[in-house]
Amino acid sequence: MAISLTVNRKPRTVDVEPDKPLLWVLREDLNMPGTKFGCGAGLCGACTVILNGEAVRSCQTALSDAAGKDIVTIEGVAASPVGAKVVEAWTALDVPQCGYCQAGQIMSATALLTATPKPSADEVTAGMAGNICRCATYLRIQKAIAEASKAISGAAA
Amino acid sequence: MNAVSVSRRSFLAASLAGGAALTFEAKLAFAAAPGGAEPAMLGVFVSIAPDNTVTILAKNPEIGQGVKTMLPMLIAEELDVAWSQVKIQQADDDGAKYGPQFAGGSMTTPLNWLPARQAGAGARAMLIAAAAQQWGVPAASLTTSEGKVLHAASSRSITYAALAPVAAKMAAPDLEKVPLKSPKDFKIVGKPMKGVDTPAIVRGEPLFGIDAHPPGMLYAAMVKCPVISGTLKRFDDAAVKKEKGVLAVVPITDGEVAAGKHNAVAIVGDSWWRVHKAREKLAVEWDTAGFDGYSTNGYSAMAKAMLAAAPAADLFKAGNADAALAKAAKVVTADYAYPFLAHATLEPQNCTALWHPDGKLEFWAPTQDPGTARGDVAKVLGIDPAAMTIHMTRIGGGFGRRLMSDFMVQTACIAKALPGRPVKLLYDRTDDLRNDYFRPAGWHRMTAGIDASGALVALKDHFITFGANGKPMRAAAMLASEFPGPALPDVHYGVSYLKTNVTTGWLRAPTSNAVAFVFQGFLDEVAEAAGTDLPSLMIMTLGAPRQFPSSDPDEPVFDTPRARGVVEAVTKFAGWTGKRSTTAGKGRGFGFYFSHRGYFAEVVDLTVADGQITIDKVWVAGDIGSQVINPLNAEHQMQGAVIDGIAQALVWQPTEQKAGAVTTENFGDFPLIRINQTPGEVAITWVVTEYPPTGLGEPTLPPVIPAIANAIKDATGKRLRSLPLSLA
Ligand code: FES
Ligand code: FES
Repeated sequence: MAISLTVNRKPRTVDVEPDKPLLWVLREDLNMPGTKFGCGAGLCGACTVILNGEAVRSCQTALSDAAGKDIVTIEGVAASPVGAKVVEAWTALDVPQCGYCQAGQIMSATALLTATPKPSADEVTAGMAGNICRCATYLRIQKAIAEASKAISGAAA
Repeated sequence: MNAVSVSRRSFLAASLAGGAALTFEAKLAFAAAPGGAEPAMLGVFVSIAPDNTVTILAKNPEIGQGVKTMLPMLIAEELDVAWSQVKIQQADDDGAKYGPQFAGGSMTTPLNWLPARQAGAGARAMLIAAAAQQWGVPAASLTTSEGKVLHAASSRSITYAALAPVAAKMAAPDLEKVPLKSPKDFKIVGKPMKGVDTPAIVRGEPLFGIDAHPPGMLYAAMVKCPVISGTLKRFDDAAVKKEKGVLAVVPITDGEVAAGKHNAVAIVGDSWWRVHKAREKLAVEWDTAGFDGYSTNGYSAMAKAMLAAAPAADLFKAGNADAALAKAAKVVTADYAYPFLAHATLEPQNCTALWHPDGKLEFWAPTQDPGTARGDVAKVLGIDPAAMTIHMTRIGGGFGRRLMSDFMVQTACIAKALPGRPVKLLYDRTDDLRNDYFRPAGWHRMTAGIDASGALVALKDHFITFGANGKPMRAAAMLASEFPGPALPDVHYGVSYLKTNVTTGWLRAPTSNAVAFVFQGFLDEVAEAAGTDLPSLMIMTLGAPRQFPSSDPDEPVFDTPRARGVVEAVTKFAGWTGKRSTTAGKGRGFGFYFSHRGYFAEVVDLTVADGQITIDKVWVAGDIGSQVINPLNAEHQMQGAVIDGIAQALVWQPTEQKAGAVTTENFGDFPLIRINQTPGEVAITWVVTEYPPTGLGEPTLPPVIPAIANAIKDATGKRLRSLPLSLA
């Protein structure tokens, strides 16, 4: 049975097993491989996407649970004002090393800053602790979130 | 010769097999390509388009260490173009054309510092020659700047683009003779440059091996033998073939070759999710007889028994250690241990291959060592290495795991069964953690003698490692010349071997990541017993300026002034006083290590509260020679390596083995370090020396591990001698 959802503001319909995780629907059926597979168990955050405004692990989200929902992935995150600032800060500070975790990091940071534009250090930690970076780019991730936060508040002021 | 040198040589041999000369002085291949075509090729790395865009090929695998940016920086510098006019493209594997192309041993910088610059300078010389010819002036009267040739006397200038078609037909210059810039004139090298792929990464573009998608691609998942070295007995694929999307089932029994020992049955179909799910329908039987006895606990028990006995073989002997210990004023002895570890690259192992109907094989592979993989695949599949194309993808973390060729051999076996269809093999996380080439565990019984003046005079190490037939396994050796042995009159390093069925391999700063902990942790105990601190003991033991040759002829000498330089720099940088902590729960520790041609000393401040260890700050002093090529990336690599070391010291759990099988599941029982465990600050200072620049990916990592152990002792009085460090 075909299932409809919105991905990066575009309506999409897929006709695959409803229990197929959103991660694999994005990668295999919608040709959007920016969202990454790291653990398949909700432990690493590489597959993070934003679903109806909240960061979720797409490897743990069945397609049926995404039906009718509004999904934002790394390929479309810069279209939102907060996402654009996050991506800008990530680029300016050259956050990636290998880069594999960074889609998930950017999605989590965007969700965090959308909900909490001026997060405390503890809020940053709480918002980002689900995202592993094996290259350990954490110091620059912290800095980039601080920069993006400043840019967002500046833009709002 | 030990395993370290064998491996280093195998990189070299692999590259040499491709026909390229390979010494530190070797030139990168440089031949004038047929000119006239647009864009014009100048040598094998540089092409110049009519709009004066310069495309530079990046020849080495990018694993996050920054070489895709760094190597073109060297070429662009000497070519004398503006960085903004440069486009960078990843080269395919072709050792004969490009020279060595592996990412290992932090060797890219030392192997390419000169040759890459010569390649750029050679292209520049051809452009100058073309301008000299066009204007009828001597080449010596011409200069260059930002992609133009200038003739000051006549105030003329011409773009490289206008010269390129003619220049491309010029005779290739003698690269030994092309003039190189003086470092004071560098405009690109030494400047902070962002990663060339950063914009594409933040847009989520398909760059990685897992993203490769040639048209018509199929997906493969594997059911692997639960016991490494076990073999496939029989399987029944009737049920699995009825599953939705499944198209083929392919046994992989590549045996011993190419780091095989990883028997499997692959399920191929139209979706990885489907074939992965279909695995539960496969009926399969493995032959794992004879491997039941291998387990984590078993290794520890056997190692303990071996420690009490005499070493099976000598590694290094000088003077008479036993006699010196008998008359020492003080004797210190302690046992150290560290566990098996997987690599856990965040991008799981994967590879895509297409067996063309004409028998040619094409790869899209996240490999750190394409040259070796080419040979391994050729050997297992019995094909001509020249009948293979290897496209190198960006790599979601290497750490040494992808120096191995297993995933490429497996993919080739699957692709061969399905000619004409590209196939992507992808491990799930459990496959990845269980079928690793593990950092081998090790045990050391250390004994030191201190004389009445407080000097370290005698040292013994009985090292228990993994090996067979009197030879260490891959990455299981220790250098016989391990410091401070060569600096002491009476030394005995001995070794005994345990057996294991698992495959072992290189984990970022291999050997060093374990041996640094043992030696610098133990020397901290010696310093304490001698009534001094570790930096002072190091300086005393380093002694007069001198050089200790490595026991491995491929490894560099240990230069005591350089070692002393970083010890002094970091103590100054961190305000080290040598005084013990007087605040409960606060501790400070020091560690030094020399590896991968880099000298590093580090100081750690940490806090212990309720048994929880928090790293407050780490100071790093490093000496990698005369030039930091890309300071923006250098800082990042060093911070990453320090945090990686903290993870090994405090976070990573041993890879467990029971009855022959590795039992690790996922990041639950193999936790990686997270943002909440990151130190507040990693501060870096450089000691610049006149030596040619060397690599940074690895040597920052080892010293932080003993520095943490030593700081915990300072904070709590407890000496932790086993990794991971735990106060529980
Ligand atoms: S792949 Fe989804 S959390 Fe790791
Ligand atoms: S940049 Fe490599 S995993 Fe984060």
